[in-house]
Amino acid sequence: MRYELTRFPLVKAVLKNRWPQLVVYTVMLSGFLLAIMDGLVGTPVGNQNYAIVFVWIAWWAILILAAVPFLGRGWCAVCPIPLPGEWLSHGAILAPRDGKKPWLNLRWPNRFRNIWSQNITFLLVALFSTVVLTTPLVSGGVLAAMLMVAIGTSLVFERRAFCRYLCPVGGFIGLYAQAAPLELRVKNRDRCVQCAGKPCYNGSAAGYGCPWQVFPPGLTRNTYCGLCMECLRTCPHDNIALNLRPFGADLEKPSRRMDEAFKAFIMLGAAMIYALVLLGTNGTLKSAAYSVGSLTWFGYAVGSLVFILSILPGFFWVSVRMGQLLSGSIDPMRHAFAAFATTLVPLGLMSWIAFSLSFVLTNATYILSSLSDPFGWGWNLFGTAGITWQPLLTTLVIPMQVLALVGGLLWSIRIAQKVSAETHITPLPVAIYATMATLTMLGLIL
Amino acid sequence: MKRSEILARCLVIIATLSVLVIPPAVRWFNNRQAVELHARIAETGGWTPESISAQAGTPLHLRLTSDDVIHGFAVGKLNGPAVDVEPGKVTSLTLNFDKPGKYTFYCTRWCGLNHWRMRGTIDVTGKGLVDPQPAPAPLYMTLNLDLDAPHPTAVIPVVKPSAVRGKELANAHPIIRYLIPDYYRSHSPAQVYLDLRADPSLTILKDPQVWDLVAYIWQQNTTPAELADGRQRFARNCAACHGETAAGNGVFADDLAQFDTLGTSGDNRPVDFTNPITMLGASPVLLQGKIIRGGMGTGMPMWGSIFSDDQIWSVISYLYSYHFEESIK
Repeated sequence: MRYELTRFPLVKAVLKNRWPQLVVYTVMLSGFLLAIMDGLVGTPVGNQNYAIVFVWIAWWAILILAAVPFLGRGWCAVCPIPLPGEWLSHGAILAPRDGKKPWLNLRWPNRFRNIWSQNITFLLVALFSTVVLTTPLVSGGVLAAMLMVAIGTSLVFERRAFCRYLCPVGGFIGLYAQAAPLELRVKNRDRCVQCAGKPCYNGSAAGYGCPWQVFPPGLTRNTYCGLCMECLRTCPHDNIALNLRPFGADLEKPSRRMDEAFKAFIMLGAAMIYALVLLGTNGTLKSAAYSVGSLTWFGYAVGSLVFILSILPGFFWVSVRMGQLLSGSIDPMRHAFAAFATTLVPLGLMSWIAFSLSFVLTNATYILSSLSDPFGWGWNLFGTAGITWQPLLTTLVIPMQVLALVGGLLWSIRIAQKVSAETHITPLPVAIYATMATLTMLGLIL
Repeated sequence: MKRSEILARCLVIIATLSVLVIPPAVRWFNNRQAVELHARIAETGGWTPESISAQAGTPLHLRLTSDDVIHGFAVGKLNGPAVDVEPGKVTSLTLNFDKPGKYTFYCTRWCGLNHWRMRGTIDVTGKGLVDPQPAPAPLYMTLNLDLDAPHPTAVIPVVKPSAVRGKELANAHPIIRYLIPDYYRSHSPAQVYLDLRADPSLTILKDPQVWDLVAYIWQQNTTPAELADGRQRFARNCAACHGETAAGNGVFADDLAQFDTLGTSGDNRPVDFTNPITMLGASPVLLQGKIIRGGMGTGMPMWGSIFSDDQIWSVISYLYSYHFEESIK
């Protein structure tokens, strides 16, 4: 069941035209540069600094509560981080320049053509996150470093190698984009077979070849499509469509990739650890997480990594193995493990939503004060600088969190049933695992 | 190059440069006439800048902000209220100095163990009102007191002395020479007691009655307004270490007891002003010296650059109130 949005001429025209996108890009890039500068020279007080408030509260709220669940990689479509590097590499901001070749344009090494690097970069940011999320200088430095790495990657490697293989945010957006009710697909694959030159991948005068290194006719999942709309511009047969679809449509075709499976564990485990450290009341743990470089921090880091990379996958492996034994399945364990890890996508997404609801609604009023005085320099641009902090929707937070987590559990069990149909392994142990994970998350949040 | 590409480049360049250039330019414009003063807890830097220059007769505009926790700002010996300095917010303040000199500004909020170290100076130069004669040296210096010598007393009252009872006794037994300020300030209550006890005209009085006279002498050398000022000043500036009841049990007391301000271990528990053995053995001028000079290596800061003489005498009068019953004069 699909509903094509690009059937409306206005929608298609807006998406194909580069100017609306460029205007959004310009706003985003300006905001991003403002965040970097604010982090570096603005007030060191986190809750009054735009770099902290807008990036880690406002942007995060939009991303995890709206953009990812409803638009999938919608954020990647307007993300400013790859733009300067891409523009430098292309030698152009709008359409491709005639005869202009990208800089070195090297192919990303085969060994690293997966999301293991993104798993590592996310874990690195996560381990330092208590400092990154609260210290404007560090936050500004991390954002600036991401911009520099993106520029460097664009100048050396082909297409958006940074987004595809390195960005710590892009990895989990891709994972959870599978659950979104929006997709970009070809309308008729037969027409693609007959298409000469494959401009959607190789580029043409009308636009660039897919920056995300995806061959559009082969798209079956949202994971690696950045919704940049280049293929919509380059397709000479009007064969690209942006569709509305049911939530979680991609999850019915489980991935068998271990890097994606571990991304699911990393995200679920990180949500639990964040809930424990940032929402919990254990001062010793908070201090350990904040004391980067200290012995206690190393303990916290090692403990977190063991939990995320060993304990969570370990119990999951046991669950899948039990299901295999109960069902007498001969499907290779590695395949079954990776396929069932798809069930953690809704569970993880809803865990992040539940976690984010709490801290976003608690800190949302800082957005108003920071909006008027982004640098903490005594400005009052919109008359909201003096607004006093107060948590929002306090009576609704817990019901919403419970609803999200229970909904995520039911959704996961449904996905487990579908994976079971493909693997012929009973979903019961995995459903129990998902239930235990949900109960753990409920215990941490409530 | 296509016109559209030129337009796109202009759009991006103008937008990004605006973001990078306009905020610092606005800040520079706002700060042309003002000094931006940043507050951090002493452990991470205190005030920045620590030293400010100003001209007598010319307003000094300050923009105060805190980079960590809430602080307060006040200038010693300047009759202006303390203002709060909130994290990430800017408080504007204008100071006027009539006289040249070196003024001390300080934190008025209990921001941390080394809160008292948060001090800076304003060097005011130029022509201004000039005092007709230079301020005399503090009394403790004139008397050449050893401020660090122990001063316990062997005599303490059995019951709390009453200034009211003392007044009645003074009506019957004139003690005028003991009431003069110079005598009061240079003698500890215990010394006053011993002097009174040795006075042939007072031999018929019992010990508690003599202590009542001591309380009366204290009361005659202070006023309710002075006591109220002393109480308020103590609560704001001293209670963090000495405690709200002056018992040496303020919020920082335990930390000070473990480590002195030089970082070495040692017992630097703040003085318990409710202890009669030490307090009744201390003369007002000895306390004046300790307050003006500070504890020299303990956590006790110097207040001489912040409090005026009258303010210091107010605090001292208030401290004795823990040992004498008050009454309306």
